[in-house]
Amino acid sequence: MTSTTLSHAHPVHFDAYGKKLGMWIFLFTEVLLFGGLFLVYATYRFLNHDAFHTGSAQLNVVMGAINTVVLLTSSLTVAMSITALQRGDSKRAINLIMWTLLLAGTFMFNKYYEWYTKWEHGLFPGMEHYKELSPGESQFFNLYYFMTGLHAIHIIVGSILLMVVAYYIKKGTINQKRYTYLENGGLYWHLVDVIWIYLFPLFYLII
Amino acid sequence: MTAIPQTRPYVNFFDEKRGFMSWLVTEDHKRIALLYFYAVMGFFIVAFVLGLTMRLELIAPGATILDPQTYNEIFTLHGVIMIFLFIIPGIPAIFGNFALPMLIGAPDVAFPKLNLISWYLYVLGGLMALSTLLYGDGPADTGWTFYAPYSVKTGTNVTVAVLAAFVLGFSSILTGLNFIVTMHQMRAPGMTWFKMPLFPWALYATAWIQVLATPIIGITLLMIVAERTLGIGLFDPALGGDPVLYQHLFWIYSHPAVYIMALPAMGIVSETIPVFVKKSIFGYKVIVYSSLAIAFIGYFVWGHHMFTSGMSGPARVIFSVLTFLVAIPSAIKVFNWIATLYKGSIDIKPPLLYSLAFIFQFAIGGLTGLVVGALATDIHVHDTYFVVGHFHYVMFGGTGFAFFGALHYYYPKIWGRMYNLKWANIAFAIFFIGFNLVYFPMLVLGMMGMPRRYYDYLPEFTLPNLISTIGSWVLAIGLIIMIVNLIRGRKGPKASTNPWGSVTLDWTHTQSPPSLYNFDETPQVERGPYDYRNYEQYLQEHNKN
Amino acid sequence: MTDTHDTHITGYRFSILIWVDLLILTLLTIEVAQFDFQALTVIVALLIATIKSFLVGKHFMHLKFENRFLKAVVIGVGALFLAVLIVLFSDYLFY
Repeated sequence: MTSTTLSHAHPVHFDAYGKKLGMWIFLFTEVLLFGGLFLVYATYRFLNHDAFHTGSAQLNVVMGAINTVVLLTSSLTVAMSITALQRGDSKRAINLIMWTLLLAGTFMFNKYYEWYTKWEHGLFPGMEHYKELSPGESQFFNLYYFMTGLHAIHIIVGSILLMVVAYYIKKGTINQKRYTYLENGGLYWHLVDVIWIYLFPLFYLII
Repeated sequence: MTAIPQTRPYVNFFDEKRGFMSWLVTEDHKRIALLYFYAVMGFFIVAFVLGLTMRLELIAPGATILDPQTYNEIFTLHGVIMIFLFIIPGIPAIFGNFALPMLIGAPDVAFPKLNLISWYLYVLGGLMALSTLLYGDGPADTGWTFYAPYSVKTGTNVTVAVLAAFVLGFSSILTGLNFIVTMHQMRAPGMTWFKMPLFPWALYATAWIQVLATPIIGITLLMIVAERTLGIGLFDPALGGDPVLYQHLFWIYSHPAVYIMALPAMGIVSETIPVFVKKSIFGYKVIVYSSLAIAFIGYFVWGHHMFTSGMSGPARVIFSVLTFLVAIPSAIKVFNWIATLYKGSIDIKPPLLYSLAFIFQFAIGGLTGLVVGALATDIHVHDTYFVVGHFHYVMFGGTGFAFFGALHYYYPKIWGRMYNLKWANIAFAIFFIGFNLVYFPMLVLGMMGMPRRYYDYLPEFTLPNLISTIGSWVLAIGLIIMIVNLIRGRKGPKASTNPWGSVTLDWTHTQSPPSLYNFDETPQVERGPYDYRNYEQYLQEHNKN
Repeated sequence: MTDTHDTHITGYRFSILIWVDLLILTLLTIEVAQFDFQALTVIVALLIATIKSFLVGKHFMHLKFENRFLKAVVIGVGALFLAVLIVLFSDYLFY
């Protein structure tokens, strides 16, 4: 659904609010998708309080904090890109999306680096050291990999969405009058940010 | 919204475009509804045959035609197909897709392309589920619940089966999303929320459950996949996981899913009864609110599936109390339907018969539901045939009958022809008798203590099992007569645009079969949906013929 | 149903201000995590995260411009999740 006109020539006008409502409903499904994981997290943290503590101590808070700042900044650039397009400055809008993509790349690189150092230490599912973890600690790392991994997939999907949107802004199909698809891409991006806002303290900051 | 640009001669949606390809790329909600219809019926027949096979195995104690492993695989596949491929999508994706836009005076759903995508996802998921028959160690043998840790350890094709359920969940979510936006944005002028017919209302409540509950099972099933492929022990007690947590997550979706199955059926019943009684529905707003209440409370009763799993005492009491609460709005609806019949001029036609059977069987299903929902009695009948009987009364006796009722109701609208009413009645009678013969003995067997999910049983359970198996043949005969009659109906007499004399927009303002965008001009709604005062005069003014 | 939007524009400077708030809150959540508030630690962390989400939702996701229905549903979904969590813990708390 990336073109602004319905190819079917439906006798219906372009319904900006409807499309936004659809996007919001989709975001709810994403919230609950992660919600299921947060339920698992809450249960296992409750059952393995100390193990989660020792698990968390092995994560790099500085890396997590840097990634938080990177992602918050990428949210800012997306929000500003909408402002730019609303003011008719499509060139700046595209530029700001490019900045967002760059920040997304930075985030992914950091994430890769974090996972890689864990892998080097044998702390990856199936590896030698991983099997020696206590049951509680291994649950911590199971959830760490599963949740940040799923989040990373969402970063990739969000980046692709924003690329498509940037392409259509360049083509002029998404413009000052019809910017709903940019707004929807932005909504998705902000949601991915919001999920990280919760993931960061829950994994990196357990004292 | 404006009217369709130019008026043009009536062409029905079948003739609008011809050829196989035109169906595969269609964005017309009516064609997508039919695509769903053929796919759903195909899967239904497969699962029906699997059910017959199980009943045949259970005709006598001991192994008769199946070995235990095959039996386990068959009941799993029967459950997976019936639930994810027949009951959940059945009424919303077929009759919802077909009728919802017409009932609210819209030319199509809000996102026609998304609608087509969800059909393709449905077919993909269905084929994935069936494909588990063909390779590896055979289809999943876990039961449709995929309980951990067995689902993590068994060598059968659980991964593909679980991914199939995930894809089907996605399809279901997209349908729900589409319907919500459609109802918010595309109601005809004058159709306020409380002038919207009750089938759309039921679909609205259903759609919210689809959107808000399905993701939980999606992620849970992905965790099972991760556990099987990566060897991480999220639910495996040997690795520090908690299998009861899997059960919680599974039922957080799967109990609301029961209402995804039941609410649209209730919508069909609310829609048909006033038409054949020629009387306004009793307590319209109460039915609306009870739909929403069911959707809401239904989210918090999942634990009643787990009374014997070792849950904490307080949790069991809480879930039992909440379960009693959810029975109230369902019961209110039954009272409303019966009150609608009171002093109406009842016209016994096949769709009404199915709705009446729904009320009867759903009431049995609901009352037995209280038995299994009450903590103390559930301990006695948990995992017995009582539960099997109970949920078949709700799902098949309720939703299944409403499905076939909807099929008989919308048949003349979809194809513009009328089936043979007499044979439809005969088929209904046989189907009804067969159904009760199959499932009532199961309630008795459960009280006697026969456990579910075994291919074998003790000799003292023989007679009810024999009756049940014979009933399954009666049921099959009823189904065959019904299907033959409906297929022959395609060459039957032309139906008028409004053979049942309904006053809702789908019948009064469209042709049979409808044209591509349903309405020649956007209807202006003034009357309530079930306003049968002076309906004959109203119909004369609006009749297309 | 209108063809064009009711355009509400958030200025650049205002967005940057929100971003600064978010950074301060991030710093705060890291600082606060140094102290052990016992059971309250998680609550404090989640509270700050929720304030951050609120800022993102209201200003970046333009919820402040949306109608009451959408706002209500967003809050409703959050409440639903919280309610499910509480009901789930009726099992684990008393286990």
